[in-house]
Amino acid sequence: MHRHFGSRLSPCAILAIVSMSATRVAVASSLRSPQTSIFSPVSTPASDIYHLSLLVLAICAAIFLVVFSLLLYAVVKYRRRPSDDDREPPQIYGSDQVEIAWTVIPVLIVVVLFLAAARVIHAIEDAQFPPGVLEVTAVGHQFWWEYQYPGYGFVTANELHVPVSEPGHPTPTHIILLSADTDHSFWVPKLAGKTDLIPNRRNEMWIDPHEVGTYLGQCAQYCGIEHAKMLLTVDVQSRDDFESWAQAQKAPAAVSDQVAAGRHVFETTACVNCHTIAGTAAHGKFGPDLTHLMSRRTIAAGVAENSKENLRLWITNPDDIKPGALMPAMQLPKQDIDSLVAYLTSLN
Amino acid sequence: MFDAQPLSPPIVVTPELESAKPLFDRVHEWVVTVDHKRLGLMYFCYGIVFLVIGGIEASIMRAQLSVANNHLVSPETFNQMFTMHGTTMIFFAAMPIVFGFANYLMPLMVGARDMAFPRLNAWSFWMSALGGIILYFSFVGGSGLYGAGSAPNVGWFAYAPLTSRAFSVGHSTDYWIVGILVSGFGSVGTALNVLTTILAMRCPGMTLRRMPLFAWLNSVMAVLVFLALGPLTAAQLMLLIDRYLGGHFFDTQAGGSAVIWMHFFWIFGHPEVYVLVVPAFAIVSEVVPVFSRKPIFGYSVMVAATVAIGFISMGVWAHHMFTIGMTSYGNAFFVASTAAIAVPTGIKIFNWLGTMWGGKIRFAVPMLFCIAFLGQFLIAGLTGIMLSAAPFNWQLSGSYFVIAHFHYVIVGAIIFAVFAGSYYWYPKVTGRMLDEKLGKWHFWVFLIGFHLTFDFMHIPGLLGMPRRIYTYQPDRGWDIWNLIVSTGVIFQAAGVAVWAFNVVRSYFKGKVAGNDPWDAWTLEWSTSSPPPVYNFATLPVVRSRRPLWDLKHPEDPDWKYE
Repeated sequence: MHRHFGSRLSPCAILAIVSMSATRVAVASSLRSPQTSIFSPVSTPASDIYHLSLLVLAICAAIFLVVFSLLLYAVVKYRRRPSDDDREPPQIYGSDQVEIAWTVIPVLIVVVLFLAAARVIHAIEDAQFPPGVLEVTAVGHQFWWEYQYPGYGFVTANELHVPVSEPGHPTPTHIILLSADTDHSFWVPKLAGKTDLIPNRRNEMWIDPHEVGTYLGQCAQYCGIEHAKMLLTVDVQSRDDFESWAQAQKAPAAVSDQVAAGRHVFETTACVNCHTIAGTAAHGKFGPDLTHLMSRRTIAAGVAENSKENLRLWITNPDDIKPGALMPAMQLPKQDIDSLVAYLTSLN
Repeated sequence: MFDAQPLSPPIVVTPELESAKPLFDRVHEWVVTVDHKRLGLMYFCYGIVFLVIGGIEASIMRAQLSVANNHLVSPETFNQMFTMHGTTMIFFAAMPIVFGFANYLMPLMVGARDMAFPRLNAWSFWMSALGGIILYFSFVGGSGLYGAGSAPNVGWFAYAPLTSRAFSVGHSTDYWIVGILVSGFGSVGTALNVLTTILAMRCPGMTLRRMPLFAWLNSVMAVLVFLALGPLTAAQLMLLIDRYLGGHFFDTQAGGSAVIWMHFFWIFGHPEVYVLVVPAFAIVSEVVPVFSRKPIFGYSVMVAATVAIGFISMGVWAHHMFTIGMTSYGNAFFVASTAAIAVPTGIKIFNWLGTMWGGKIRFAVPMLFCIAFLGQFLIAGLTGIMLSAAPFNWQLSGSYFVIAHFHYVIVGAIIFAVFAGSYYWYPKVTGRMLDEKLGKWHFWVFLIGFHLTFDFMHIPGLLGMPRRIYTYQPDRGWDIWNLIVSTGVIFQAAGVAVWAFNVVRSYFKGKVAGNDPWDAWTLEWSTSSPPPVYNFATLPVVRSRRPLWDLKHPEDPDWKYE
C-alpha cells in the first residue's frame, strides 16, 4: 500500500539548510560599515531604534533557533525509514495542554515586544525639545528637497545643514515635513527612521546628530519618474561652522560685473519662473533656490558633482543627468550657456 | 444515523487524450463550460500564465538593478515594470491560482457534484480574465506619462496624488483601475460561490466540524474577499470620480486627502495578504498530514486560529502606514494588533509541526515543498514581527527589507504551497503522476534560487536601499547584494521551467496514478482520476474528518475519537 517516495533526507539537503542559516549570521557583521546602514546610528532617534532592533532581533533569532530546530528534528527523527513496516504511526489528534503552552508563550513574547516598541514610540514621537532647538522646514518636490530656515530667513536646497548636538549642550533639529506635489519620505538611516512628506499634511521629525560629518539617504516613498535620484545629504557641522554657514546663506547673492551677461540671460529667460536668486528679478518657487548655488557640493538632488562641466550639461539637457527631471532643456545658444554657467558659478 | 456506507465504487480510469473531437469543439467546450473542475483548471492556468508574465517583469527589474547606474531600461520602463509586476502577481497570478485550487477541489472535498452556482462560477472566471486583459491592453492602448509608454506606472498601491490627472496624464492609471475593478467582481463571485458551496453543499454526515481543514480555511478566505474588496472597489470608484467627474477625494491640490487613499487601500491590502496565504495554509494542511501519516494535530485549534487571523487581519492595516506621521497612540495600537497576529500564526506552525511529530514522514515532492514552506514561513513571520515594531519599521518600511519580507510570504510560503499542491493533486486532475525525479530537481533548483534572491534581498534594505528605485549610487555598498539577488532569478526561472516541462511531459508519459496514489483520506481521492463530470456516482456519506481512513481502517475508525 505505501510507496517509497525517497525515504531519506539527503545529507546535502541538511548541509544546504545549515549553510543558509550560517550565511545569515555572517552577513550581519558586515552591516555596520556602509554610510547608509541602519545599524550605525549617530543620532538619538536612530540609536533608540537601533537598541530596540537588537532586542527584536535577539527575540526573533531565539524563536527561529527553537522552532527551526524542532522542524529539523521532526524531519530527521520522524522520517520514514526503509526498515519501517507498513503500519501507520499512532494517530494523535491533538493535546489541549500543548496547545495552551504554545499559545501562552507567544502571547507573553508579544506583550514584551509591544511594551518595548511603545516605549520607543513615546520617546521619539512625544519628545520635548530644549530651548536651543533649530527649526527647519523641509518641502519635498519632484525630485528635490527645499529647506527653509525660518529662524534665519533663508531658503536652500538639497543639502541640509544642521549643528552637531552635544550631550552637554543639546541642539537638536526639529524638521517640519511638507510636500509641494506628491508623497515623499525623508530617510537618512544614520540619523532617524523615515517620515513621509505628504501634500496637505504637516508631519514632523527630529534629529540630534552627535558627530560632525556628512550623512546620506534618499527619498523612500515612490514619487514619480525620478524617485531614484532624489538623494538626501545632511551636513552636520560644529556650532560655529553652522553659524557662519547660515550667516553666509542669509547674505544676498554675489554681484559681479564680470558675469553681468550671464545674469542678463538668467533674468530674461524662463529661469526666473522657477528659480530664486535673492537680489535679482528671479523669484520662482518651483525649482531650487540658487542664491548660493556654489555653496553646495552637488546638483540635481545629490546626483552629480557641482562642477562647471556638470552645470553646463545640466542646463543644456537635464535629461542627460536625470531623465524625467522637471527642468526643461532651454535650447539656449552656446554663447548664452557659457555666460550663464559663468554667472551661476559666481554665486558663492 | 449515518452508516459507514461505501463511498463511490473505486474505478480506475486511464486518462484519455480527448483527441477524437475536432479542435473547435474541444475549445468551445472549455469556453462555455460551467464545470467547476474545468473552471478550476482554467483559473489555475490563467494564473500560471500571469505568473510567468509577472516573472518576466521581475527579471527585467533584476537585470536593471544587478549593477549600479545601469542603463538597461529607462526609468519610465522600470516604473511600469514594478507596477505591472506587483499588480499582476497579486490580482492576476496569486488570486486566480488559489481560486483555481478552491474551485477544483472544494466540491470534491465536501462530496458535492459541482459548486453551488456553476454559471456564476463561469461568469466570475471570465470577469477575472477580462480584468487581466484590460490591464495588459494598456501596453498597446492609451498613452502614459510623457508618452513614453502606456502601462501603469504608479506602483501597485497607486498612492494619491500620483494617480490624479495632474501627475498621471493619459490613461495608464485608468487601465490599472478598470482592470482590477472588473476582476474584483469576479473575485467576489468566486468567494460567494466557495462559501455557499461549503455552507450548503456538503454531503450527508459532513458537519462543519468534520469538514477538511481545506474547506474551513477557504471559507475564511472567502469572507476576507468580501470584506477586503469592498473598500478597494469604493476607493477605485472615488479615484475614477476624481479623474473624470471633478471629484476631490484624493486630489490634494484641491484639498483632498492622500492619507484617505492609503487607509482605503490597506484596509483592502492587508486582508488581501491573508486571502492569498490562507488558501496556501489550506494546501499545507492537507499535504502535511497525508505525508506524515497522521491526522492534523489540533483540528479545532487550527480552525480557531485561522478565524482569529481573519478577524485580526481586519485591524492591522495601518502598519503599512507607520511612516505617515500617526500619533504615538495610533502607532502603538497598530503595533499591538499586528504583533497579536503572530500568536494564531505561530499556533498554526506549531500544529503543523505537531502533525509531523511522531509520524512517518515520506519525502515525496509535495512534502518537500511543505517542509520548505514551514521553514520559510517561519522566517517570513519573524521578519513580520520585526516590521511590526513601529520604530524599527520607520527604518525598514519602504526599503528592500520589506520587499524581501513579503516575497518570503508570497514566494516562500504561497508559491511553495502552490507547487506542493500541484504535485499532490496533479494525479487527481490528470490521472497521471508528476515525475518524482524532475520534481526533486524542480524543488532543489527553485529552493536555491529562492534563497539566493530573497535571503540576500534583506541586506540592501538594512543598508538603506529604498524600494522602487530604477538605479542606485555605486558607493552605498549595495552592489554585491543586488548582484546575488539577481543571480537567484536565473535559478528560480530554471526551477519553474523544470516544473512546466514536468507538467506537460507527465500529462502524456506520467505513471498512471489510480484513484488514490498517496494513500490519502479526503473525499476527492475516493473518485476516479480524473473525476467524472458528476464527481461522485453516489453521493458519499461521511462520519469523520477522514472518511477514507475509516474505510481503510474499519477496525480503528476516526469517528470513534472525534
